[in-house]
Amino acid sequence: MRNLWIFINRYSTFFLFILFFGGSVILVIRNNTYQRANAINSSSQIIGSIYQRIDYFTGYLKLNETNLALARENAALRALLKNSNYDNKVISSIARDSTQQPEYSYIQARVINNSINQKNNYITVNRGSRHGIKKGMGVISSRGVVGIVLNVSENFSTIQSLLHSDTKISASLAKSQAFGSLIWGPQSYDPTKVLLRDIPNHVKVEKNEQVITSGFSLFPPGIVIGTVLETGLSSGSSFLDISVLLNNDFSTLRYVYIIIDRYAEEKEALEAQNIEND
Amino acid sequence: MTKLLLEHILRFILLILAQVFLFKNMGYYNVVVPFPYIMAIMLLPVRIPKVPLFLIAFLTGLTIDAFYDTLGVHAAACVTLAWVRIIFINLTIQDDDHDSISPGINQMSFRWFLIYAFILSFFHHLTLYLLESFSLNNIFSILTSVLFSCIFTTILIILFELIFYRRKKR
Repeated sequence: MRNLWIFINRYSTFFLFILFFGGSVILVIRNNTYQRANAINSSSQIIGSIYQRIDYFTGYLKLNETNLALARENAALRALLKNSNYDNKVISSIARDSTQQPEYSYIQARVINNSINQKNNYITVNRGSRHGIKKGMGVISSRGVVGIVLNVSENFSTIQSLLHSDTKISASLAKSQAFGSLIWGPQSYDPTKVLLRDIPNHVKVEKNEQVITSGFSLFPPGIVIGTVLETGLSSGSSFLDISVLLNNDFSTLRYVYIIIDRYAEEKEALEAQNIEND
Repeated sequence: MTKLLLEHILRFILLILAQVFLFKNMGYYNVVVPFPYIMAIMLLPVRIPKVPLFLIAFLTGLTIDAFYDTLGVHAAACVTLAWVRIIFINLTIQDDDHDSISPGINQMSFRWFLIYAFILSFFHHLTLYLLESFSLNNIFSILTSVLFSCIFTTILIILFELIFYRRKKR
């Protein structure tokens, strides 16, 4: 305590100066608007620069939240864009034939969700029940078969893609007309290849031979699926397993056509009787 | 002693009046502004105790502030001046002969007084201008103002001192 008193006494001039000067500066800042504003401003500048530095580091820790917020905002902004409006216009074209009643009509749809890398791939399109889409309809694109409508909501439909382990389509070889069923997997889940099974052993299969729809199922006959890549893949029985290179590039799928078969229900009802009879 | 006190009070009042009625209106824009009222603090007796010195300086500044509407700015500048005055006198005057006298031209040498006036007014003006602008953004223009104002104030103080000195000799 005594030492402190000696210390203060020795530098009393300085302490007195600090005392009076501090009092003056307080007066300056409290009573002059310009200096007050400036003092607050400069102190907020210093504090602001410190906060900026801290924020620079904490910003990294909050990147995830920030990204989410930005993504949400992007989604909200995208919702305002013109092309996010639901395209309600339906152009359905009906295959006309003068000698036959039209059986198939087509509804164009845009792919709004697609996957190719899963074991079971689905495609979502912007057409639904209000456009006449029903469960089980076939879907094709300009380059070949795409899949089968799986679920339908009012405005959207999900399509069970050809690249789905449960999809089974009746397909035939273009030259021999021998038919089998087309599946994806189970050995390889390559989005460019499918497997044509149940082709009898005696059928001559050529390489690069076209594989088309047989017309037995949902699809009109003669729609291209792909070309034969490898033949003679035997499953050990009297049937061939044929590897088929898909004509359709699923990764760039943009527009598809949904096939409306006018007689599908009639056909199904009739075929159901067969099962009942068994 | 009473006469000395009266002289100081009279000088104080005269200098304040001269400052607020005459020198306030003088000056070259805001670049060269004279503040010769600081003589009132400069010419206080050499060995005046610290506390009264600081108090007088503070009150002088406050008085000027009241006229200039800048509460605290001149007070701070005058307190700085008082501090520099104590340091300067401690450094330059060691002997006890000058204890009770004012640090004027007739008591000290002309050279000493010139340096004394210049350094004290420099620190006064520096504090004043810095507090007035309250930022370091245009520090060069502030320093220019400080330097020129300081020269102007010093000249005025020397002139006053010469006038007082001659009167006293008469």
